[in-house]
Amino acid sequence: MTQLPEYPQARGCPFQPASGYADYAPVAKVRLYNGREVWAVTGHAEARQVLLDPVTYSSDRVHPHYPALAPRFESARKVRNFIGMDPPEHTVQRRMLLSSFTVKKTNALRPRIQSLVDGLVDEIEAKGPVADLVPDFALPVPSIVICELLGVPYADHGFFEHQSRRVVTGSTTLEESADAFAQLKGYLDELIRRKQREPGDGLLDTLIAEQVETGGLTRAELVDIALLLLVAGHETTASAIALGVVTLLEHPDQLAALRSDPRLLPTAVEELLRFMAIADGIARFATADADLAGHRVRAGDGVVVVIATANRDGEAFPSPAAFAVDRGARHHVSFGHGVHQCIGQNLARAEMEIALGTLFRRLPGLRLARDLADLPIKEAGGVQGVWELPVTW
Amino acid sequence: MRISADQGRCLGAGQCVLSAPDHFDQSELGLVDVLDPEVPEGDEQRFRDILDLCPSQALSLEA
Repeated sequence: MTQLPEYPQARGCPFQPASGYADYAPVAKVRLYNGREVWAVTGHAEARQVLLDPVTYSSDRVHPHYPALAPRFESARKVRNFIGMDPPEHTVQRRMLLSSFTVKKTNALRPRIQSLVDGLVDEIEAKGPVADLVPDFALPVPSIVICELLGVPYADHGFFEHQSRRVVTGSTTLEESADAFAQLKGYLDELIRRKQREPGDGLLDTLIAEQVETGGLTRAELVDIALLLLVAGHETTASAIALGVVTLLEHPDQLAALRSDPRLLPTAVEELLRFMAIADGIARFATADADLAGHRVRAGDGVVVVIATANRDGEAFPSPAAFAVDRGARHHVSFGHGVHQCIGQNLARAEMEIALGTLFRRLPGLRLARDLADLPIKEAGGVQGVWELPVTW
Repeated sequence: MRISADQGRCLGAGQCVLSAPDHFDQSELGLVDVLDPEVPEGDEQRFRDILDLCPSQALSLEA
């Protein structure tokens, strides 16, 4: 019997899907690190089919059938929040947060994001002639914004950025991820206790007043929700900003088109989201037998939706391998789809638009200070991107 | 054609507001509000595509 292909596979270029995935279209059996066989869903229509059906394809992370795509997912079973729940439990928690993530609320943050980005570019210019845009720009933008939104002291960023990195990295071991989750939980539990004594004006303070004090959430539940919002709120967007810079620099004709018409910025960001696919895969398990692209999926089977390939499906996106800032397609699955679609997506869009738009306007000579081939690529199975981004201008 | 929205299904992704801010808004609770349910003549396909973006399938078109 031939060996099944492995999931996940490492990218050879930070903004291109792993080449091996092309052979699985649209649905194929793959083997995970622990030997478990699951269905890889690489087609766009099939990805939507799975993600739109939370009854057949469960997100319940505690359930033993939920597949661990990498060792850290085993530790994540101990963190219980809406991303790992099914409706109706999921719906109750998600609705507690919706009012803070509307298009109007995120647009109201734009002036603050702009002044923050301007300040960081000032510092980069003063420090020049080279900078590493990961620590100097891509990371602090979403990190400061999510701190202010939640009411987490940014002074603690060294701690939570380090621990967050350990829980989103593909190569993190079981022990490392268990330790990182425990440290983040301990930190947030202490922060929430302090806020119960001395309330502030962040989203966590609102949730303490509206939910914890009224019995809608326990403090332990709020800790797990806070952990998700804090980690997802900065690591993914930081990766998207840094890799967005790389992708634009490596497509000079598209960068020139964007520069000649800055009104293209929102569609350019949407195309970056599709093209880069920062979140690699989304796990589910089947709760009942189902048909998927002619395959018989059995109850209990694990499923992984491969976002990077679903976004490059030629049936859904003409010339899918072309990066085109004026494509104007919004039906990519980079934020997922279905009831779990990213709650912070409009905040991510605002941060990417302002960060990338401002950087390329203020530093017109921006270029990589190291060859693309020598940029360290993030490991398979975690948030995708580059670890370092040395530039000059 | 007219747009119909089911707040019971809405999960506040905001795709509709991004796509057609003249037709959709979000309430204080973050749930969809239809500002203008009328689909302009000739815009039917555009609105079908917008409705298709809704991740919680909270929007539909009625004749």
